[in-house]
Amino acid sequence: MARFSILSLARNALSGHRQWQRTWRDANPREAYDVVIVGGGGHGLATAYYLAKVHGIANVAVIEKGWIGGGNAGRNTTIIRSNYGLDGNTPFYEWSMKLWEGLEQDLNYNAMISQRGVLNLYHSDGQRDAFARRGNAMRLHGVDADLLDRAAVRKLATFLNYDHARFPIMGGLLQRRGGTARHDAVVWGYARGASDRGVDIIQNCELTGFIRDTRGAIVGVETTRGNIRAKKVGVAVAGHSSRVADMAGLRLPIESHALQAFVSEGLKPLIPGVITFGAGHFYISQSDKGGLVFGGDIDGYNSYASRGNLPTVEDVCEGGMALMPMIGRARLLRSWGGIADMTMDGSPIIDRAPLDGLYLNAGWCYGGFKATPASGWAFAHLLATDQPHQTAAAFRLDRFATGHLIDEKGQGAQPNLH
Amino acid sequence: MRIPCPYCGERDVHEFVYRGDAAPVRPTSDEGFYDYVYLRDNFAGAMREHWYHAQGCRNWIMVTRDTRTHRISNAMLAREAAR
Repeated sequence: MARFSILSLARNALSGHRQWQRTWRDANPREAYDVVIVGGGGHGLATAYYLAKVHGIANVAVIEKGWIGGGNAGRNTTIIRSNYGLDGNTPFYEWSMKLWEGLEQDLNYNAMISQRGVLNLYHSDGQRDAFARRGNAMRLHGVDADLLDRAAVRKLATFLNYDHARFPIMGGLLQRRGGTARHDAVVWGYARGASDRGVDIIQNCELTGFIRDTRGAIVGVETTRGNIRAKKVGVAVAGHSSRVADMAGLRLPIESHALQAFVSEGLKPLIPGVITFGAGHFYISQSDKGGLVFGGDIDGYNSYASRGNLPTVEDVCEGGMALMPMIGRARLLRSWGGIADMTMDGSPIIDRAPLDGLYLNAGWCYGGFKATPASGWAFAHLLATDQPHQTAAAFRLDRFATGHLIDEKGQGAQPNLH
Repeated sequence: MRIPCPYCGERDVHEFVYRGDAAPVRPTSDEGFYDYVYLRDNFAGAMREHWYHAQGCRNWIMVTRDTRTHRISNAMLAREAAR
């Protein structure tokens, strides 16, 4: 694979951009692999990449029912951050942030990672105290966090509605290393890196069942492009985890919910980083193309339809208007929905299934994008060694039975409230 | 999405609170509580689920809704469905 560099750019510019190589191989399925990964999104491709790069296991196939990155990897709002407060979460998301920081050099691919900061606003004394506690927890784990007062927030973002009658802005918790990344480029970069190391990326190949041996262990997959045998099968299918688990006879502590996202017409540079409203659920950033990218709550009821309903659109826009009334002048260009696999405690699962040969990477709720590098890293580690990676050891499937929940929001077993 | 409340008629979804799958039944002993609280069929297709008409008649309603299309084929009072 030719490396991208200033020289390759100049050479290809002079030849009219007709000589660029394909970024990755579109492979046909072979009979058997060491590892088959179901799901060609960011997590699946990152897993394949780290399996090949870190563990030397390159006899790997990634099967994808559509095209790579056509699922939630292409539907998220591209935010990266590690501002988590619970022990099970903080080291994992910080590892992800560290991988993001070195990702472009590692992949030799421009993922347009932009650490412009993630600012969570607070609107009451109680919320300030909770944010201070979370910021302290982050700093104890070596994560950057700054608690800003109102004047400091005003310096960052003059345009916010500081004197809202009910929810005046009192300050914010800022993670300066947070920001955004180009979601498609992340997928393509991992695909390129994995493919270059020998991983087969097989598109239009939908899982239809599992192949079992006489003991009941999983030894391969049945797909729309034929049977593929594998020593290990890893599942990273986001909102469809329960459907895939059902094919193996498993029930998961997961409900699938629709999450909507929105983008406005392109505007001149306006929003300095990522800003979240603390009194409702609303978060916003600005894409490099100028569109305001924003979102809020999940719709709140089980859904496999990749579209949402109007009450949530209204709720998100009300949050935006409360936070920054100027947004009312921008026209909404597009909105779309993705299916999020909401777990019962709002945290993910990276674990062996209670079936030999099957490994689960699921339950990313609405926060899977930021986790992409560490999720791939930890899942590759699990697939290669049968041991959880130290940063992901808390993401066990059986934590719901043992009571070791990781409920960052403290909502209890109600997925639609996380 | 509108839900045909058997008491109030067709009303906008934002008047309702979602409870979820109507299938799990609270077990009488400790055994089965993990299943009841945490595990879900997470069905893709027509699913019976509980909704509460919080900003209407305050009845619990059992709605049959297709999770792939949001199409609602049936709604009845939960207490009648339980009989």
